[in-house]
Amino acid sequence: MTNVRVLVGTRKGAFVLTADGKREQWDVAGPYFGGWEIYHVKGSPADPNRLYASQSSGWYGQQIQRSNDGGRTWDPVDNKFVYDGVPGTHQWYDGTPHPWEFKRVWHLEPSLTDPDTVYAGVEDAALFRSTDGGLSWHELAGLRGHGSGPHWQPGAGGLCLHTILLDPGNPGRIFIAISAAGAFRSDDGGATWKPINHGLISQYIPEPAAEVGHCVHRIAMHRSRPGVLFMQKHWDVMRSDDAGESWHEVSGNLPTDFGFPIDVHAHEPETIYVVPIKSDSEHYPPEGKLRVYRSRTGGNEWEALTRGLPQSDCYLNVLRDAMAVDSLDPCGVYFGTTGGQVYASANGGDHWAPIVRDLPAVLSVEVQTLP
Amino acid sequence: MIRVMLPAHLRTLAHAGGEVQIAVEGQATQRSVLDALEARYPALRGTLRDQVTQQRRPFVRFFACEQDLSHESPDAPLPDAVASGAEPFLVIGAIAGG
Repeated sequence: MTNVRVLVGTRKGAFVLTADGKREQWDVAGPYFGGWEIYHVKGSPADPNRLYASQSSGWYGQQIQRSNDGGRTWDPVDNKFVYDGVPGTHQWYDGTPHPWEFKRVWHLEPSLTDPDTVYAGVEDAALFRSTDGGLSWHELAGLRGHGSGPHWQPGAGGLCLHTILLDPGNPGRIFIAISAAGAFRSDDGGATWKPINHGLISQYIPEPAAEVGHCVHRIAMHRSRPGVLFMQKHWDVMRSDDAGESWHEVSGNLPTDFGFPIDVHAHEPETIYVVPIKSDSEHYPPEGKLRVYRSRTGGNEWEALTRGLPQSDCYLNVLRDAMAVDSLDPCGVYFGTTGGQVYASANGGDHWAPIVRDLPAVLSVEVQTLP
Repeated sequence: MIRVMLPAHLRTLAHAGGEVQIAVEGQATQRSVLDALEARYPALRGTLRDQVTQQRRPFVRFFACEQDLSHESPDAPLPDAVASGAEPFLVIGAIAGG
């Protein structure tokens, strides 16, 4: 019997939600690490019982937790994230140089093939890798060192590396995204990097088409077509058909092209999901209606998905790492809100229902489809 | 033995009780106490002080004998009452916010 395990990171702990393949009755376990911010929890594709969690606190700093039993028990592993060499400076909000300072881990991306290899995207933006199950971390310093690092500037949430995509067909290819520097690609396993932001236009920076300086909120791909990327930028939903070499806008008829998460249907590479948010200054859904928008044409033509979602007086947000899909048929789609709800749809977004309603603000949602 | 009181979150993280007792070689200072504490509870590394600079984390404070020792040199001797185990060395998470 196939099962689904939803891994939820919140402002005050982690939760593990499980159901069978029908996805109707849910068991809620947690909070794990109660009182700590859990930016992200993710399982290894190579060993679903191996999970990694980023646990942090303004008081006590960063911890990385590891589970070998699907989240029932956890042990802290290494939490020493030290930039390679002399870290140098990036730009501060006012454009002045600011020293690189480690603050927290935003995103953990386990290897597609090795449970002991995991990547960590951190603030201030850098990419780290562990090849021993989190017992030690080493920076892939070619990213910060490729040349544009001194010009990177933080977004409102900090200078965070929040997206890591591993190419299933090319072990050397990695995509990452940084707010507010942009997207980058490595073709040699993370040794060297190039910015891939051609076609992005950000009117709020001095040179709207600059190589870096773009506030990329999230990138997604379908594993069968890793050269096609979808991006939710600060403003604009974008698409690339050449592994990021060029981008074009596919916002189409969305009510607003601002938002955070974006994801791709598990079985339909041209079906994508976003959650439009009214604006960068308000950060809640337009008209107080929580609507997921689905495009079955790879962008430009969007339909609102509303059944089961609040259509009045709804003023929450859905953060960049808080949407995921399972690989069942029909595909399940999940997202969490800053209001503490985790919504699930067991039919590709046609109908939604909350799994839980009153968690702490949700920071991340990941899904494992278990045999 | 030095008695150390940890805040609740760190007790949970370290799987430690309300008060831990640690042996310190040589003079009892903030540094020697924290070194011994981290050696016994590796999960506490980085939670009280930066792992590279050894600077106290901004929202962590150290108290003993009704004194705030947070700004003392990490190599200054701790009060005799702490060194003898008569009084605990208190690690406090600063109360911050409104």
